[in-house]
Formats: sequence, C-alpha cells, structure tokens
Amino acid sequence: MKNVLASISRFVDRRQPFFFPAPAVAILFLIVILPIVFNLYLTFTKWTIGLGQPRFIGFDNFVELFGDERVWNGVKVMVYFSGASLALELALGLAIALYFNRAFKGSELVQAIYIIPFAATPVAVALIWRIMLNPEIGVMNYLLTSVGLPPSLWVSSEHMVIPSLVMVDVWKWTPMITLIVLAGLKSLPSDPYEAARLDGANALQIFWYITLPLIRPVLIAALMLRSLDNLKEFDMLYTITQGGPGIASETLYLYSYNVGFNFFKAGYGSALMVVVFLIVLVFNILMNRLRHDTPAL
Amino acid sequence: MIKNVKALLFYAGAFALCVPPLFVFAWMIMTGLKTGIQNISYPPEFLFTPTLENFRAVFQQYNFFRYLMNSLIIATLATAISLVLGLPAAYSIAKYRQNKIGLIILVARMTPFVSYLLPWYIIFRYLKLIDTYTALTVTHLIITMPMVIWLMVSFFESIPAELEDAAMIDGCSCWQSFLRIVLPLVRNGIATSAIMSFIFSWNQFLFSLILSGPKTKTVPVAVYNFISYGKIDWAGIGAAATLIVLPVSVFAFFVRKSIVQGLTMGALKD
Repeated sequence: MKNVLASISRFVDRRQPFFFPAPAVAILFLIVILPIVFNLYLTFTKWTIGLGQPRFIGFDNFVELFGDERVWNGVKVMVYFSGASLALELALGLAIALYFNRAFKGSELVQAIYIIPFAATPVAVALIWRIMLNPEIGVMNYLLTSVGLPPSLWVSSEHMVIPSLVMVDVWKWTPMITLIVLAGLKSLPSDPYEAARLDGANALQIFWYITLPLIRPVLIAALMLRSLDNLKEFDMLYTITQGGPGIASETLYLYSYNVGFNFFKAGYGSALMVVVFLIVLVFNILMNRLRHDTPAL
Repeated sequence: MIKNVKALLFYAGAFALCVPPLFVFAWMIMTGLKTGIQNISYPPEFLFTPTLENFRAVFQQYNFFRYLMNSLIIATLATAISLVLGLPAAYSIAKYRQNKIGLIILVARMTPFVSYLLPWYIIFRYLKLIDTYTALTVTHLIITMPMVIWLMVSFFESIPAELEDAAMIDGCSCWQSFLRIVLPLVRNGIATSAIMSFIFSWNQFLFSLILSGPKTKTVPVAVYNFISYGKIDWAGIGAAATLIVLPVSVFAFFVRKSIVQGLTMGALKD
C-alpha cells in the first residue's frame, strides 16, 4: 500500500506543471469557457427562453443590432458614463495619491476613512445614494439649497442623470485608483528627483517632467483594471435608475441584460453581450499598447 | 508662516477626503435609526431620537437573518473552493510561467457577467438547480477563482526558487514542499485573497438576482427587494444596508494594508 502511494506521489511529482493547475483549469473551463461558447452559439439563434427550441438564423441578430436605436443609445450612454467617470477617477485618484504620498500626522487614519467606500456593498450604498438624491426629500437638495444653490432633479432628469451617476461612481471607486497609484509613487526611483532639484526645477516642473512620465504605466494599468468593471457597471445603474428616466442612463450592458432577462430574447441578448465584450477587449488592447509605448525617460 | 499654511492645506485636504465617505455612511445609519415618517420629511432631520424598531422589523418581518446566513454560506464556500483549487494553480503559473492559463483568467475578467448568466440560467433551469446553494456558489466562483489566482501569482513570484530547491534536496515531494515551505511563506497573500474573495462574493448582486429564490436569496438581493414591496421602505433599507455594509467595511478596514498590496501587485508588474 505504501509503495503504491509512493509511486503515485512520484508520478504526480514529475508532472507537477500538469497536476497543480489541472483542477482549477478544469473548473474554469466548465464555468467560464463553456458558457462563453454556449453564449456564442446563442448569438446565431432566435430563441425566447422557455418557448420552444433555439432556431438557427445566422447573422440576423448582428444585422438587427445596427438598426436598433436602443443599441446606439446604449453605446452613447456607455461612452458618456464611462468616459466621464474613468477620466475623473483617474485625475482625482492621481491628485489624491500625490497628496497621500507626503506623510503628515494622521494620514493613516485619513487614508483608512477615505477608502471605506471601496469595499462597501454596491447595491446597499447605491440605495442610500438613491435616497440622498431624491429630488423631493433627499438630503443632497437640502445641502444645495442651504448654501444658496438651486435644487437639482439629479437622477430624475434626463440631463442630470449621467452626471449624478458619475458622481456616485467617483465616490465609490476613486479610492481604488488612488491606492494603486500611491503604491506606484512609493516605488519610483529617487535619483531623477535629486537631479531635478539640483537643477532648480519647481514643483510643477518636477511633476510634469518627472513624476507624470514615470507614473504613466501605473496610471494606465489602474485605468485598465478599473475599466474592466466600469464598462460593465450594473449594480449601481440597476439600483438607482434601472436605465431611466426613459432610457437616458441605459448603457449597452444594461440593455443586454434587459433583452435577456426582461424580454427573454436569448439570441439577441447574447449578440449584444458579445458587442459589450468586444468594446471592453478593444479598449484594453488600445490601453495596453499605450502602456508599452511609454517613451523612456 | 509658509509651513503653517502648508499644514493648514493638508488638514483641509484631509477634511475634504473624509467627509464624502463618512457622510454617506452616517446617512445610511441615520436612515436606519429614523422612523418611516422621519425619513420622508423635508427638510431632513439631523437631530432625532433614534429607534431600533427598523432593525427589529428587518429581522422579524423580512427574515433577514436567513439572508445573512445565505450570503455567509455562499461567500465562504466560494472562497474555500477558490483557495483549494486556485492556490496550486497560481503556484504552477508563477513557477512554470504558464501564461496560457493566465489568458483564461483574463478572458474571465473581461467577459461581461451577463454573458455567463444567460447560459447558466438556461442550464440551471434545465437541471432544476435555480434557488440552490450549488448554483450560486458555482457562479460566484467565476468571480472569486480568477481573483484568487490573479492575486496569488504575484505573491508566489516573489518567493526565491532556491528555497524550494533546498526542500527538494532534503527529500520533500513537491506537494510537501508546496504545503510546508511555500504556503506558509505567502500566508499574507492567502489572507488577502481570501478576504477579497469573500468581500466580492458577499457584494455580488447580478448572479443572485437571477439565480436565487426565496430559499437562497443573498443580502444584496434582499435589500434591493425592499423597493419592490409596493412602496419603498426607506427606514428598512437604511437598517438592512447598515447590516450588510458594516461587516465588510470593518473587515476591509482591518486588512486595508494587505488589500492595497493585493490590488497593486498585479497592476505594478508588467
């Protein structure tokens, strides 16, 4: 018995590169790759979930997509929401990281408080934001009017809905960018700074000509990491507006969910999801290229 | 003089950074401690006599304890399975530079969750597994397993290879050296990825929204359903949200340093 065990152990030992990752890869194949393949198959079919069988229709779903106004609306909303929130999160995240990069008394505590929203359950805090943004009873309008500003309709207005959602997204996710950039700042070499100071460069010049080029790859990495979730933002949009008012905040991703789970159109919904995936993919490929094109200092 | 101005600016910055998170959290807790009528009165009341009535109602009327248990069970199962399967995989990816497996992780991260949800919904409906812990744990693995592997690869990469070679020469099998030498060295990483995995499973909304039911509803779905009971129960939402958010926030607060490390190790390397 002991011999058998020993020989099994030797067998596994010699094939460690296979046996160590095999169970995880098998599971990932089952839970990730298989559904993706199934999803791709569905894109070529017309099928209402629960009614009959999928019917093969070739590329019709992709053709339909081009004539669908809600698809174009979804792309527009997605570009507006993600463009604004990612840009703001990156800019603020960098500024706040620079701020934290200088030690001061109590900075540990400030940092700990500042990053709280990052781990908070998105649906729960989104509901609280929904109360706060309510135009009639919400505290946000109370705060606005108490400093003499006019009240806003926030998420009830077609024009204010995206800026309001961007505000919530920035509140929740800027800490993540800050944490990544801050770690990047702490690992920068000190030589260029000493040289610049000897040459009499001022703080702004040092930031523009030394810090920014050096931190650029980390900034782009943080942007990519954040974009993976931001382009597929669901919880907050679904909780606060459900895409409304009308379809003013319905991103392509939210629309694909609605097609799949409210209209039960499996084929067309799958086609939309493939488009969302392609957008995420192309964005990340472009960003990755930008990251590696960083000119040497 | 200039030094004082600088100090003042720093503390003004600290104030500006602390107010938004603290205000929203305070508002959440206050909403939970106000009565239903106080919650819809305008101007909003900042000073009031707190009541624990909402918390009692959340547990008694909405059966919230059950949902907390559901979330706890699913997040624990998903995290445990992700660690057991993910740790050896991450180790192997780091040691043998198996970038192709890394590619699967990347695909898993990039694919919209709805793309998994639709096939899984169809399959689970067919297998009559909707509203079971199995369905929810399996789908949560889609998030937690890539996360554990992705985080752990960078931790394993920081271990010098000589250490293991020494263990091997001393007659350890690769399992032994993995379990006795390597894993204890990365226990910080394991703690980080376990916590991150737990938090993200606990916070997961989309999969549970479709695949759970009365028996297995998790807390994010339970609190969301406070809206769909005809009229919106803001007081109940405040109390429930507090109960959901506080555990993960406290959790994150105590391990924030290792979360930073976990978050950044992946992003800082090329």
